[in-house]
Amino acid sequence: MTSHRKYADSGMVSDTLLSVENLTTVFDVAPRPVMAVNGVSFEIRKGETLGLVGESGSGKSVTAFSIIGLLQPPGRVAGGRVMFQGRDLARLPQPEMRQVRGAGIGFVFQEPMAALNPVMRVGAHIAEALVVHRLASRAEARDRAIELLRAVKITDPEKRVDDYPHQLSGGMRQRVMMAVALACKPPLLIADEPTTALDVTVQAQILDLLREMKQRFDLSLLLITHDLGVIAETADRVAVMYAGRIVEQGTVREIFHHPQHPYTRGLLASIPGGAAGSRLQAIEGTVPNLASLPPGCSFAPRCGERMAVCDTAFPPPVSADVRDLATVAPGAKVEHAVHCYLRGGRP
Amino acid sequence: MTPLVEVKNLVKHFERGGGLFRTRTVVKAVDDVSFVVNEGETFALVGESGSGKSTTGRCMLRLVEPTSGEVLFRGQDVLGYSNAQMRAARRDMQMVFQDPYSSLNPRMRAFTIVEEPLVIHSIGTRTERRERVADLFGLVGLDPAHLDRYPHEFSGGQRQRIGLARALALNPSFIIADEPVSALDVSIQAQVINLLMDLQEQLKLTYLFIAHDLRLVRHISTRVAVMYLGRIVEVGDTPEIFANPQHAYTKALLSAVPATDPDALRARIELDPALVSHDAPLRQISEGHFAAV
Repeated sequence: MTSHRKYADSGMVSDTLLSVENLTTVFDVAPRPVMAVNGVSFEIRKGETLGLVGESGSGKSVTAFSIIGLLQPPGRVAGGRVMFQGRDLARLPQPEMRQVRGAGIGFVFQEPMAALNPVMRVGAHIAEALVVHRLASRAEARDRAIELLRAVKITDPEKRVDDYPHQLSGGMRQRVMMAVALACKPPLLIADEPTTALDVTVQAQILDLLREMKQRFDLSLLLITHDLGVIAETADRVAVMYAGRIVEQGTVREIFHHPQHPYTRGLLASIPGGAAGSRLQAIEGTVPNLASLPPGCSFAPRCGERMAVCDTAFPPPVSADVRDLATVAPGAKVEHAVHCYLRGGRP
Repeated sequence: MTPLVEVKNLVKHFERGGGLFRTRTVVKAVDDVSFVVNEGETFALVGESGSGKSTTGRCMLRLVEPTSGEVLFRGQDVLGYSNAQMRAARRDMQMVFQDPYSSLNPRMRAFTIVEEPLVIHSIGTRTERRERVADLFGLVGLDPAHLDRYPHEFSGGQRQRIGLARALALNPSFIIADEPVSALDVSIQAQVINLLMDLQEQLKLTYLFIAHDLRLVRHISTRVAVMYLGRIVEVGDTPEIFANPQHAYTKALLSAVPATDPDALRARIELDPALVSHDAPLRQISEGHFAAV
């Protein structure tokens, strides 16, 4: 039993690795464009894990695809900046972007079977990454591949390196994905629902492995998930997305112990855990259609605490720090921000 | 406690291969499974994918034919029923499926989907059926004004309600719910779970709840059976299983559930498959609690 968590200390000014500023992603579809990501801002500091949590359609995966430049038309980044290692990825030409992908930012997707090439051996996936980024010759690549497979705890890596993806279990495929993602030692790993398709015991192993790899490869992690349990176990800070916007962000403790946004509170309350047989606290209604969002707060139609002002404009961020602000070092960033008129702010 | 359903020594083997150059292999998907579901309770079957929990549910309704065993429903072995008898029996035993996207025919209107069981069993006139379907819509929290919409016009949660309305159309007393909310968003899951609990109370339903989400199982079920590699390795009252798990697999499964408190210390218990005896019989631990240890 170990306490593995390293809280990003709020008083400390730490280095920012990735800074997403006002990112807006639009899908040009008929009858009118749909804003899937709407003015999203967050940053990831060196060595930390940011959990991006939201339901389907909230824009969390589109945010990730926008960051790594893998959006397919009709999707396009329509505004904002994605600052990574001194460059704005949103404006980087594709050849340079290819260098960033893999060498700068690795990624692991939800469906490893869809992300792996069914006619390529496991070793070839890893070798390809190394050769493309000129980190190894073909001859060396195989040894490196075996080494990486061992690092992600695949038993018998010398044998498995010649397997095809279909010969592996779901958990092993996800480990292979991780080996591919880590092959070029990127400083940032984006993991999009990495455990959603897996059984709960395998999920636990993959989360443990993610934490271990983070230490070993000195990684920062953007972890995208709908599962608050995964966030509670893995993240240092959390950003909650709803209908294309971040509605609340803060340290994992702030978000879980002092949630401020009614949506965050609703999500936390809807997790079964209270008295057995009691009614669960459901959030009424459904996630809004992005093509016809309400003019004000997008959560207002489902919110039990809706006020007249909620229908005017999307609320600006207000600080929701429960820490005594006087004890915070000058210049330190606000650690807990919420977009909700209940907590302050004006249209 | 009256037993409504008794499953005795249920076995389902799937044969694979057996081509020109392959030797035939037998997969024991369900391997001598026995349990009792009492009237009015929610009995949960948990386990990982491939543990045989869904196959067990399907065998009970004979959606797949079991290899051997007995499934007694109100004391009658449904495995011995003729097709006609089985059709009649299914009025009383219904199933709700996991994926509300693939389990509803996209070319049928919601009304027709829910009405179909009534038509098959020649119940009521057209007008009566229309009324009954509208009532069912109201019962599961759908707007009867949307009767003539197609499945794609409903959200995932609403589609699962359509599936539920269809299952309830014939007034069953027993419902097998196979991962009924796992395809739904968190905020919608809670709505559907609440609906299932309300309906159980209102209509005196008995549930067999097949799921992998242990938080949910803990919340909704009265008793739980843990399946591992086709066998039940532990069964008992839900609070007892969660407080006092005996089997190595149950312990590993419970310890793998993510805590929803970031400060919770985790003690992950890993399962060493070599330590699991596959032949150990269920042994009584305490009143109603059995484990294969």
